[in-house]
Amino acid sequence: MAAALDRSADKYGRKSGRSLAVAFAVMVALFAIGPFVAYPIFLMKALCFALFACAFNLLIGYVGLASFGHALFFGWASYVTAYAAKTWGFSPELAIIAGVAAAAVLGLVVGSLAIRRQGIYFAMITLALSQMMYFFALQAKFTGGEDGIQGVPRGRLFGVFDLSDEMTMYVFVVVVVLAGFLLIYRIINSPFGEVLKAIRENEQRAISLGYAIDRYKLVAFVLSATLSGLAGSLKALVFQLASLTDVHWTMSGDVLLMTLLGGLGTVFGPVVGAFLVVAMQNYLAPFGQWVLVIQGAVFVVCVLAFRRGIVGEIARLLRVAL
Amino acid sequence: MFEIFGIPSQALFGQLLLGLINGSFYALLSLGLAVIFGMLNIINFAHGAQYMMGAFAAYLLLQYLGLNYWLALVIAPIVIGAIGIVIERLFLQHLRKLDPLYGLLLTFGLALVIEGLFRNAYGSSGQPYQVPPALQGGRNLGFMFLPNYRAWVIALSVVVCFATWFAIERTRLGSYLRAATENPVLVRAFGINVPRMVTLTYGFGVALAALAGVMAAPIYNVSPQMGSDLIIVVFAVVVIGGMGSIMGAILTGFALGIVEGLTKVFYPEASNTVIFVIMAIVLLIRPAGLFGRRA
Repeated sequence: MAAALDRSADKYGRKSGRSLAVAFAVMVALFAIGPFVAYPIFLMKALCFALFACAFNLLIGYVGLASFGHALFFGWASYVTAYAAKTWGFSPELAIIAGVAAAAVLGLVVGSLAIRRQGIYFAMITLALSQMMYFFALQAKFTGGEDGIQGVPRGRLFGVFDLSDEMTMYVFVVVVVLAGFLLIYRIINSPFGEVLKAIRENEQRAISLGYAIDRYKLVAFVLSATLSGLAGSLKALVFQLASLTDVHWTMSGDVLLMTLLGGLGTVFGPVVGAFLVVAMQNYLAPFGQWVLVIQGAVFVVCVLAFRRGIVGEIARLLRVAL
Repeated sequence: MFEIFGIPSQALFGQLLLGLINGSFYALLSLGLAVIFGMLNIINFAHGAQYMMGAFAAYLLLQYLGLNYWLALVIAPIVIGAIGIVIERLFLQHLRKLDPLYGLLLTFGLALVIEGLFRNAYGSSGQPYQVPPALQGGRNLGFMFLPNYRAWVIALSVVVCFATWFAIERTRLGSYLRAATENPVLVRAFGINVPRMVTLTYGFGVALAALAGVMAAPIYNVSPQMGSDLIIVVFAVVVIGGMGSIMGAILTGFALGIVEGLTKVFYPEASNTVIFVIMAIVLLIRPAGLFGRRA
């Protein structure tokens, strides 16, 4: 894992600050002109997944822990938000907080179990636990089983902004996603983030230096789960729907693909990957099951020939950190 | 007809039998995963897809070539195993020096491709596959009714599992295999072709999955997604058992099938999740798994 990850941020030193700032400005500019050239609902979907993939990348890219069960946090947060908004009549901000809190609690429980094993066992444990919660979602009353929770009201944000207006919703989604993105950036560049990278590079060494690595891993896991939950909660409001699709293991596969395609351990990779995968699913939808085949093929190509991902390759060519 | 803990014996033994059937498949599949993991250090995510291919091979052989179940039982594992060998040569051998995680990602991609292709060709609904004439019907054991085919599946699975265990733990070829797992460089220095052994091991693991698929065809419908849900349960079985030992994989597989069957009798709502719950408990008490060695 560690060998393929991009360490250009450390290698290129100060120059990287400028390239990151430029890339961030470009990204914000694209988000600003986005709704004038594409469907807002499509963009909002891609933005939610961008946040989801960034949160996922925090774990796989910076701690080297590959979770195969992140749909669990995304999907359950979206269920809780949808239920809170629809049945309890929560305002959108409170409904989102409820969903995110649920994801954090689940992250704490799943994380403390999963970090007991490393590597591929970690992947299998997270997958198994997320499948377990999928069955709960299927059988529980409040999730609506096969129907999901439909017709979730978007409501008025802080009692002021009417989110049923598509543009207002779009601005809200952009603001939340950018805040999440900057928070993740802050985390990976903090002293805490440096320890995470040390664990990724050489776990034994980090232990011998006296770091309580289990605690670091658990905190990183909970952060990743919480932010994945934020993405799921947003998605529930955007589509006014929470369904079994969001908790199914294919969703965990999707977010893994987005991160891998964009570039593991890059700052902007997950965003690029999310937009590409969502666009692909959108345009290939008429071709039915071929989406699955193409996604699988992209996985294979990425692993065999393209382990840095798109953003990772660009960063290497330009010799900057992205 | 009598009762045990207030449950009619018919229901109890019926579910136990179903559990034992599921356990047969868990054992065969986790055994294949353990064999592949031992040699290649890869978790074969495509195992479920290869199991599904085995079932489809049986279905297609009957449908288009008129070859019956008994021939499929031999031909399908050979054909699917050969496909496995091609997969190892084309893809997996390039990952040997990388983190094992990439093997998981690659085989996950392959599983998606295979499942997608079969869904395109055959849709999502299942195709029925008849129980072979010789094994139709069943016998009354007094306390329960035992369908012949189910008895055959359990017996065959036990035989195959223990034959594999014997081959790996008690024969010369098996000792080469175990030595190559421990120290491939040294074994190569003795003039043994380790890369070929790795390829054949993968082919054998895949063939085991295909064999399980053929055996499953008359019990469950043959459908493209039959493997993907099963493989997640098998992963949990592998985490519970630990992949250190072949016998561990076999025993855990059967035991968890029985536990699942009993859960169906006493608390049906939890029957889907009981294995995952057991996994969580085992992780709390014995993180390395029941038969695992601490890494």
